[in-house]
Amino acid sequence: MGLEEHRHTIRAVVADPTLTYRQRIQALALAAEDVLEPPAVSAECAEALDKGLICDLAEGHAPHRPRYTLPDYQRALARGSEFLELPPPTTFDDATTFLLALYGNVPSITGYPVWFGDLDGLLEPFADELDDAELHARLRRFWVLLDRLFPDAFAHANLGPADSRVARTALAVHREARQVVPNLTLRVEPGTTPDDLLLDAMRTVAAVAQPHLVNHPMMVADLGARYGVVSCYNSLPVGGGSHTLVRLDLKEAAHRHRGPASSFVVDTLPAAVELTAELMEARIRHLVERAGFFEHSWLVAEGLLSLERMTAMFGLVGLAECVEHLLDLDGEPGRYGHDERADALAHDIVRATAALVGARDLPYCEATGGHALLHSQAGLEADVDLTPGTRVAAGTEPGLYRHLQAVAPNHRWFPSGVSDIVRLDETVADNLQAAVDIAKGAFGLGMRDVTFEVANGEFVRITGYLARRADLARVDAGHGVRHASTVLGAGSFTNAHLDDRRPQRVRSPERDARPRR
Amino acid sequence: MTLALVADVIDASYVDGPGNRYVVFLQGCTFRCVTCHNPHTIATCPTVGARWIDVADLHAEIAARAPFLSGVTVSGGEATLQWGAVHELFRRLAADPATSGLTRLVDSNGDAAPEVWDVLASSMDGAMVDLKALDPDVHRALTGHGNDRVLASIRQLHGLGQLTEVRLLVVPGENDTPEQVAATGRWLAELDPPPPIVVQGFRRAGTRGVAHHLPEATLAGLDEVAAGLVAAGLPESAVHVRGAAALATGVPVTVTVSDPA
Repeated sequence: MGLEEHRHTIRAVVADPTLTYRQRIQALALAAEDVLEPPAVSAECAEALDKGLICDLAEGHAPHRPRYTLPDYQRALARGSEFLELPPPTTFDDATTFLLALYGNVPSITGYPVWFGDLDGLLEPFADELDDAELHARLRRFWVLLDRLFPDAFAHANLGPADSRVARTALAVHREARQVVPNLTLRVEPGTTPDDLLLDAMRTVAAVAQPHLVNHPMMVADLGARYGVVSCYNSLPVGGGSHTLVRLDLKEAAHRHRGPASSFVVDTLPAAVELTAELMEARIRHLVERAGFFEHSWLVAEGLLSLERMTAMFGLVGLAECVEHLLDLDGEPGRYGHDERADALAHDIVRATAALVGARDLPYCEATGGHALLHSQAGLEADVDLTPGTRVAAGTEPGLYRHLQAVAPNHRWFPSGVSDIVRLDETVADNLQAAVDIAKGAFGLGMRDVTFEVANGEFVRITGYLARRADLARVDAGHGVRHASTVLGAGSFTNAHLDDRRPQRVRSPERDARPRR
Repeated sequence: MTLALVADVIDASYVDGPGNRYVVFLQGCTFRCVTCHNPHTIATCPTVGARWIDVADLHAEIAARAPFLSGVTVSGGEATLQWGAVHELFRRLAADPATSGLTRLVDSNGDAAPEVWDVLASSMDGAMVDLKALDPDVHRALTGHGNDRVLASIRQLHGLGQLTEVRLLVVPGENDTPEQVAATGRWLAELDPPPPIVVQGFRRAGTRGVAHHLPEATLAGLDEVAAGLVAAGLPESAVHVRGAAALATGVPVTVTVSDPA
């Protein structure tokens, strides 16, 4: 891109009437960053990036902060902060004030924090002083500030697995507030999470399409007890996070393959994985060695983030189309989610990718053994005919059990998150125990993440975040909206035919600072 | 080998009892309800779609789904017409550790002999019984039969502690006059403790013939019936309007639910 083009881009951002001030600043920052040359990679890697075999998800040309950060809020509350000039809080109000001040100073790819922490664990110690009504009123105010100060639906709070007053009250507040921020995940552990809390979660799902559920024992086994779920269901180490997320388009990889389906994982996949890893390595080195984030961030200086707790995310997308194309090459058509042979091939590809990613050393990923974590990436706005992550192709999902049988075997290979959407008939709203039953069955089947979708008139799930229909309509009509994430969702809303009642089948960007309409 | 004549099965239903349930719809019914939403299940002889299934096979299918289920409901048609097969299925479910934790419910029109309930009482957790109308004439108009056996079944099951719920299907203009609602409420209030009463609305989906000309129930109409029942002496905590969430959002209330093919 020449200087004139950059000027044109910046002019367009400056004059865009639909952007809020914060959105404009964010877009200008990215435009400025992209004047620089991206981190150097081989010609082959650059070609793969250019042709879309791999994609850096619009992270920008000069990585200067990790894509996802998960500050150790527990430590901050216990020790206070020199940078924030705040002592350790002793009351509930002090604690929420402390956290809001901290959130305002947390960097991430979106310009807002992607993680608000385990809110029940953080706040429960301060809740004893409050009766139920006081706790409710205070959490409600806190909720309002989370949404108004950090208007970005990737910003994610976690609850559970244990029951607590704060968890119960937070769910109640979430049902009332009808906000898309915070994005919400409940960690579920058999024997620890009572059915009744799960039922409360389902009541919340029916009302506002949240929370997402994560299999806590499975996460602890893979990442240890100190993990958090951020952004679009990305699980990462607390006290660190992910430098970057680069994804590999398996559909494009399949189209580059020559030979039988069975040789894909041997002949084509390894090189594609290596190209992805090469880009990741270049970006990580830029962030750590050139931009020096871990040398100058106050979060690192105060021990809330550390390089030793960092990793990187290797994303996959388009498994459904990949399998379909490979089986076509064999002259034996089959579809993932419908044919046993297609399922088996899909599982082979995921397992092989996990092995390759696990064997590829990456710098500064000490938190996860010096290599990246595999992630099932939920899509980009620009994606056309490309199924998010490792989901069964949109609109063609088979019956409930067949669907879960197809996707569940993949889950063990995605420690940093895999979201398969389980769509429930609207009649479940009158019988939420059914959703609890299905969640428990899904976890029993080895699923790591379960996202429920109940038909709902107001909330639309984009990839792993929510937007409200009324807000999407405003964007469509050329008006600005408060949530940057809603602007991202708007294109998907149209492209994915959400009016045909497939609110959960949407592809869209996890993040793109440049709104497109 | 025990065979059941099965009209259909649904392996994930949210509308046939508490939680996610495996539902077996048995073929054949004693009533001819004008409001029937599964009219193809009425004939007692094998019809198109119905098939004989070994109860052992049904049990195996249910066992495979058990981790996802709260229980099993046998519906119809009229489930008790094939009470032997139902009893055998339930006994097998109870005996197998993989399925013994599932609740076993019968969804019935109540038109069964007392001896049938005496048998099923040992293998089922309970029955959900329809009361189409308390007034025998209205009942005959809606179902083609009187309701003596239905009322007796409700009393008997209540006495056995196995009356899971009584369902009132509101057909506007037919069985929801204030007098009928009050009489029904008084009759049900005599059962002590009162069973859960479910008020649900007639919908045209799945029905045939004359039912297409009947008006559908509205949420306001169901609330009115529920209020009438409470006014007649039933505790508010015992009366539930079903389909309220769906009606409130304008989403059609579906009668039976399965995954789209």
